[in-house]
Amino acid sequence: MDRVPILKIGTTLFVSIQIDLQDESVVRLQEDLADELAATGARGVIIDITAVEIVDSFIGRMLAMIGSISRLFDAETVLVGMRPAVAITLTELGLSLRGVRTALNAEKGLKLLNGSA
Amino acid sequence: MDVDSSQARMAAYMRDHQDKVVGRWTELVVASLRGRSSAAEVRRELDDLYSLVVRAMSGADEQAAGELTAVLTELSGSRARNGFTPRETALGVFALKDAVYELMADAADLVPEFLAFSRMIDDLGLLTFETYASARERIIADQSAAMLELSTPVMRLWEGVIAVPLVGTLDSARTQLVMEKLLETLVATGADHAVLDITGVPTVDTEVAQHLLKTMSAARLLGAECIVSGIRPQVAQTMVSLGIEFGDIATKATLADALAHALKRNGQRIDMPGSA
Repeated sequence: MDRVPILKIGTTLFVSIQIDLQDESVVRLQEDLADELAATGARGVIIDITAVEIVDSFIGRMLAMIGSISRLFDAETVLVGMRPAVAITLTELGLSLRGVRTALNAEKGLKLLNGSA
Repeated sequence: MDVDSSQARMAAYMRDHQDKVVGRWTELVVASLRGRSSAAEVRRELDDLYSLVVRAMSGADEQAAGELTAVLTELSGSRARNGFTPRETALGVFALKDAVYELMADAADLVPEFLAFSRMIDDLGLLTFETYASARERIIADQSAAMLELSTPVMRLWEGVIAVPLVGTLDSARTQLVMEKLLETLVATGADHAVLDITGVPTVDTEVAQHLLKTMSAARLLGAECIVSGIRPQVAQTMVSLGIEFGDIATKATLADALAHALKRNGQRIDMPGSA
């Protein structure tokens, strides 16, 4: 099973998803991220999904859940680099990811985190 | 009674009385068109048509039937394009029956001949109607295709601000198109504000609002903020009475206000004329 690496940069955890997401790898990512947040006390999480071309309702829900979990550790989640097709799919599925902030790219996401910190 | 021979006899009779019948036919058609075509013009069209009808009925000419169909198709197609009603178009053919009947009222011995003739005119009338309807359908299809192309420009208003002026009713097909174009432009330009201007949307009901919300929700997933502008007083009243709410999405009266809002959010200072 592929694992998604979590990079710590300052007080921010950076996750770049470069693989086709499977259900297990998303669950694994959620667990790893929770561990990492508890260990490092990071204040922000950036999840880069530029390379993700396909999402389903489960993955959409897991992304929203990651946002909720991060908030319990007082960290803000920013989802960056979503493709138009993915955004349309998520909207059609009725998942608007209300609890997660979004940005066009990683740079803007970082700015968003620093601005709100 | 042999149908072919009665048709041929009728054709001969009609050929002998061409001037009189076409004259009366022209009168009837011109009256029904109420001055939209000149008598001379109608006369020329009907003269051609009449000769073709006679040739087709006499049965001697193989090509006449095909030619007659082509001429009628052309004629009713142009009537449809020029905005004549279906009634006026069909009457153009059926009036020939009246014209012939008036002439034949005292010739009681030609009844079977007239019946054959009548059946043929009915067929021609139906053909006219069919081509009229298909010409109209083609016009409608062309127009809706043109409208779909016209209706979805996405333009850059300022650095980081794009605008989508929506014109016409929003249905699912158009929403899909607008959404795709908007999202693609957001990614291509790196804009973080999108203004949806609904000045040109005649009514906003729950369905249209749903479509707008969907578009804005998709734009938000890309990290862009949407602003709705151009809400007219009437539209605002309808939306409130229907209980439509845009939640935390900013709504502005005009495109200018929306642009000012977006620039302010981007950290630029705006001095609006007339505002403190």
